[in-house]
Amino acid sequence: MANEVWIYTEHKDGKLKKSALELLSGARSLANDLGTQLVAVTLGCGLEAMVKELGCYGADKVIIAENEALKSYLAVAYAQTLAGLAKQHQPAILLGPASAQGKDLFPRVAAKLGTGMASDCIKIQLDGQKLLSPVRPMYAGKALVEANIPEARPQMATVRPNVLAVAPKQEGKQVAIEKVAVDAPKDLKTILKEIVKGAKETVDLTEANVIISGGRAMKAADNFKILWELAEAFGSGTTVGASRAAVDSGFAPADMQVGQTGKVVNPTLYIACGISGAIQHLAGMRTSKFIVAINKDADAPIFQKADYGIVGDLFKVVPVLTEEVKKLKAQD
Amino acid sequence: MKQVPDTETKIRIKDDASGIVTDGIKWVMNPYDEYAVEEALRIKEKKAGSTVAIISMGPKRSVEAIRTGLAMGADTGILIDDPALEGADCYATAKALAKVLEPEKFDLLLCGKQAIDDDSAQVPQTVAELLGIPQAMVIEKLIISDDGKKATCYRRVEGGAKEVLEVELPAIIAAEKGLNEPRYASLPGIMKAKSKPLKEVNLAALGLKAEEVGAKGAKLKVKKYSLPADKAPGKIVPGEPEDAARALVKMLREEAKVV
Ligand SMILES: Cc1cc2nc3c(=O)[nH]c(=O)nc-3n(C[C@H](O)[C@H](O)[C@H](O)COP(=O)(O)OP(=O)(O)OC[C@H]3O[C@@H](n4cnc5c(N)ncnc54)[C@H](O)[C@@H]3O)c2cc1C
Ligand SMILES: Nc1ncnc2c1ncn2[C@@H]1O[C@H](COP(=O)(O)O)[C@@H](O)[C@H]1O
Repeated sequence: MANEVWIYTEHKDGKLKKSALELLSGARSLANDLGTQLVAVTLGCGLEAMVKELGCYGADKVIIAENEALKSYLAVAYAQTLAGLAKQHQPAILLGPASAQGKDLFPRVAAKLGTGMASDCIKIQLDGQKLLSPVRPMYAGKALVEANIPEARPQMATVRPNVLAVAPKQEGKQVAIEKVAVDAPKDLKTILKEIVKGAKETVDLTEANVIISGGRAMKAADNFKILWELAEAFGSGTTVGASRAAVDSGFAPADMQVGQTGKVVNPTLYIACGISGAIQHLAGMRTSKFIVAINKDADAPIFQKADYGIVGDLFKVVPVLTEEVKKLKAQD
Repeated sequence: MKQVPDTETKIRIKDDASGIVTDGIKWVMNPYDEYAVEEALRIKEKKAGSTVAIISMGPKRSVEAIRTGLAMGADTGILIDDPALEGADCYATAKALAKVLEPEKFDLLLCGKQAIDDDSAQVPQTVAELLGIPQAMVIEKLIISDDGKKATCYRRVEGGAKEVLEVELPAIIAAEKGLNEPRYASLPGIMKAKSKPLKEVNLAALGLKAEEVGAKGAKLKVKKYSLPADKAPGKIVPGEPEDAARALVKMLREEAKVV
């Protein structure tokens, strides 16, 4: 059946990424409104066991494009394969995650297919003409734009992680799995030499549900310890971020920076500790569902954006937060 | 290289929601493109005989950003400027850029990972595909092989991990923060830049038709711009720090339901 809604399903180390479940959950209603199937597409090999679960999150069908050469991700190889499948099946819509991989891959696929694409969307919906009409932030979230792709197909978009809620799992729901042996991609001119692991195996900032961030007020790298302790109290899905001033002062590594020139994050809870709330920092975290600010200065701009604020010394506040969160979690 | 509004710019939307109000905006070189220009200059300094050209598509004002690049040390500049280019999406932009960027003319195409106005992070990959060359996006370390045929690129991915990619040149490589520390243009640099060649080309010169680029060639059509909804003012939790902290955790559990 043509006109399907397709979800590009990202996986890592043999496990589905949460984005796949988010996209399926969010796109289910699009497929219903269009009266079409929701199809999860995944590339690689040996993925059968992993994809069975996708039915429980709304997929009607899974397509696995198999080839040994697709074992690890490479832009040119994956773009050839995904664009090839899309050409053959002509889906109406093709959605993917605005993750490191999705951001790398999707524009190249769109170019191959000669179609349009909206990147890093925070809302996916159909308009009155039943066209995909996603909303995406521009100018670091200072403006929103709604756009559509009236003619070219498929209508492509990447969606920011953590924006779409994962629907409750429908246990035991079966899904049709179609395995396609695809040709080895050619003319890659690229080799993946290795993947160097990060220092800490924690959830990525862009995927975290709770983020505790420290600013210049942390005063030293060592002091970030108290933020990590609070993160630990919250449990899995929590990590620690930093302002640029904290990164530039050497208190935290660059990949922890949140903001316009750092990462754009979208957690349920963002706790800013000793961060003034400069516009470039806000650009990276303003879409967080709940923002907590802890700052000594009652006039700090961060309080304008915060849902809850404490005017006080973070070194006094944070340890108590850790204790209290631990207490609550112990009762659960 | 793209010229964009300064990061401090307060964004206002036009009454008809068709775009932003551009009066009074301070225009600068896209911050990620500064890393790209700096990296190009460092490679040039190591490799005798190589030159750096800056290519930008945009309205006339973009000349200033090109001059900044020339003042930093680039050799030549090209501005693609034509009224018909207005309203381009990433695809249409890439199409126009690809027309001046024939692979036989360069060894390496450096750019930023993202333009901080449209925040698309799409143009480089699209250009790479249109030209049929490899890409390496979000690169924070770059090593060119001695024979100039290959580049080793450290690409930042999730969880602090890095992919180490080896691409054959010519390739398109997009800079991430941390790639280098961009230099400032020196006064002599600024003086010299005034006499460096800066060419302006229009559609006719490129042999492109108006239907292929700009608003007409765009595949993604903007329907409307809006401002994000303002947040309701938050609550300051009163009391001494320790008491406030206890009260806050309670609110996070009961009201926000996030603990
Ligand atoms: C092009 C450009 C890009 C940028 N990109 C980014 C970016 O991506 N991310 C980013 O974060 N910034 C970015 N910046 C920098 C930004 O403008 C600010 O300089 C930076 O965010 C400030 O960091 P800060 O809030 O930690 O430090 P400050 O502004 O110095 O604020 C420290 C705060 O801590 C409070 N404080 C001090 N001691 C305590 C204490 N004991 N307890 C509680 N509070 C305390 C102070 O009251 C103050 O409000 C960028 C700037 C430019 C020009
Ligand atoms: N109009 C343009 N002219 C020249 N380069 C551009 C243009 N638009 C985007 N780029 C390049 O592509 C990068 C990513 O831009 P974007 O895909 O728009 O986020 C930028 O950092 C620039 O290096």
